[in-house]
Amino acid sequence: MYQYDAIDQRLVNERVAQFRDQTRRFLAGEISEDDFKSLRLRNGLYIQRHAPMLRISVPYGLLATRQLRMLARIAREYDRGYGHFTTRQNMQFNWPQLERVPDILELLATVQMHSIQTSGNCVRNVTADHLAGVAPDELEDPRPWCEYIRQWATLHPEFSYLPRKFKIAVTGSAQDRAASRVHDIGLHLVRNAAGEVGFEVLVGGGLGRTPMVGHVIREFLPKQDLLAYLEAILRVYNLEGRRDNIHKARIKILVKAVGPQKFRELVEAEFEASRAHAPVFEPADIERIAAFFRPPPYERLADQDVLAGKPSEFRNWVQRNTRRHKAPGYRAVFVSLKAPERPPGDITAEEMDRVADLADRYSFGYVRSTHDQNLLLADVRQRDLYDVWLALREIGLATANIGTLTDMICCPGLDFCALANATSIPIARQINERFDDLDYLYDLGDIELKMSGCMNGCGHHSVGHIGILGVDKNGEEWYQITLGGSSSGRDAAIGQVIGPSVPHAEVALVVERILDVYLAEREEGERFIDTVRRIGVAPFKARVYAPSHKAA
Amino acid sequence: MRHLIKQREIIVDPWRYADEDPLGRERALILPLERWREERERWWLWDGRLGVRIGPADPVAELEQDFLRVSLVAIEFGGIAEGRGYTQAQLLRKRHKFTGELRAVGSIQRDQLFYMARCGFDAFELPEGADLQGALTAFDDFTVAYQGAVDCAVAPQRRAFG
Repeated sequence: MYQYDAIDQRLVNERVAQFRDQTRRFLAGEISEDDFKSLRLRNGLYIQRHAPMLRISVPYGLLATRQLRMLARIAREYDRGYGHFTTRQNMQFNWPQLERVPDILELLATVQMHSIQTSGNCVRNVTADHLAGVAPDELEDPRPWCEYIRQWATLHPEFSYLPRKFKIAVTGSAQDRAASRVHDIGLHLVRNAAGEVGFEVLVGGGLGRTPMVGHVIREFLPKQDLLAYLEAILRVYNLEGRRDNIHKARIKILVKAVGPQKFRELVEAEFEASRAHAPVFEPADIERIAAFFRPPPYERLADQDVLAGKPSEFRNWVQRNTRRHKAPGYRAVFVSLKAPERPPGDITAEEMDRVADLADRYSFGYVRSTHDQNLLLADVRQRDLYDVWLALREIGLATANIGTLTDMICCPGLDFCALANATSIPIARQINERFDDLDYLYDLGDIELKMSGCMNGCGHHSVGHIGILGVDKNGEEWYQITLGGSSSGRDAAIGQVIGPSVPHAEVALVVERILDVYLAEREEGERFIDTVRRIGVAPFKARVYAPSHKAA
Repeated sequence: MRHLIKQREIIVDPWRYADEDPLGRERALILPLERWREERERWWLWDGRLGVRIGPADPVAELEQDFLRVSLVAIEFGGIAEGRGYTQAQLLRKRHKFTGELRAVGSIQRDQLFYMARCGFDAFELPEGADLQGALTAFDDFTVAYQGAVDCAVAPQRRAFG
């Protein structure tokens, strides 16, 4: 992984000192509540329902074990012994004390971590495919480009006070596992007719209260133009994006208002006009970064049959929780943070330490966080799979449910978040209780259920195959159901609302009715999302709102 | 008497805004863009220094033709969330080659100065009562940067990216 040099380290250290001073001035009454808000958000610090919440950056989801152990230490010493992985592959702590945040940041800096730009109206953590570098279908590893963009975007003088937050995802596989089409900018590494590798550039995707799928504005961008082109997009957005209404300030609203074609023309014109002063591409810069992402020293192995003679529980786990790997004899292994009793994405300090131990022993000392709120050991020898499974099972992190209904994406919801309208964690629990039969889940196959406690959409509900959105109705929690959303690849789509929202107590029942329709209607081997697309939402709607069922 | 920060020093502002000195007695007058547009001919031959004050939504390209006459551009910030001024400044310096005083004015605070200086501002008119002495240290918040920038006031060590 990327290692800081003296410049990187100095910048992070100076950021800690700056924030320590800002916190001191705030506590001394020298900075107003409002002004401090803008400063603390840039360091990932929110003031939440119960306490401040601190969001720590995990660039493109990659963690060395010493970093994971540091997160465990912070959870223990500064929080209540656990943390939460987010859909931006970051880690959140829900109980830090404001006065101690500078100390947390100082500790993070000792392991080359920070919380810079994890919130605020600036360029946020750049995310990537969690299988980057190991996926067999990958054209090129996107992570060097993520790091390149991360550095360029860090404290960018011109683009640190944008109209609204700005999210970039990069993927190197046609099968987009980074949800790049619902990002402000999605970058796809592609090969052109001449055989060169560059970027397809999408702009204007996003979730939240106006979910949209992004538009391609450049089919092929040569690598050397990447930063110049990003600057052109951001400059157009910085000048033209709306600042009068926070709900209309994302770039997707601008792209929609002027039209994708016109937006493309604006960007291309700005790109041309700023050529003389644009960031200069030095191959050495990206080569220096790329050198940190070379494959680890894999053993020369052959693929082997790992299932023979093993218990069926293990087989299920291999089938659901591991993925093919570029290197023969290896598999990528998901660490499920979606056990039934666990709030999705939560992990205790103890578990972080144990996962770090496993990564040291079995996966070259690295752990990844995924945008689905699980962890991944990317490089496990197939012959070690059984031992890894036993070890994970012992600590409750081997639930064989990756990609199934209970591998839900879920925001912290009303239990923690000051923005939420409704709880989401209790709904996750309700669904887990109703669907506790693994064989039933396996029969259902791949289903993405995504849930947000409010329309800001941190739980990505609008791109869930089944989406659940918490709404407040006269102080009661109700839930709106959408079907047919997807965040992956060319399939990306925004889900359709099926009808009036349903009461808290009935959400799992409604999900079951939806699944009943799927089981009755599906064709041989057809995935849930494909059935929804083939038959439309009407049959589901009819079943959910059948007269026997009381829905408001 | 108004104090401001100019090239990392606290100075007494020699300039006056049009409403402070309607007749331009101090011979250093900053006009709102609207007035400059309307009264350009009249002021061109006036015996004094001229500045123009622009708002966040104003385009900067049209000023390029005036740089022979206009030696100060003041860019307004309505609040900490206002970010257009950073791009306006950057464009004035890099694309339009403005070499005069580029002043940030309005609701600005010390924690923005580092970014502003990197975008080409060299003068900072903080709200009345602000701690200018304390604000001077803001230029040293960071001694390194990843981006090339205009940087009149500070020149941090930087790695790359032009």
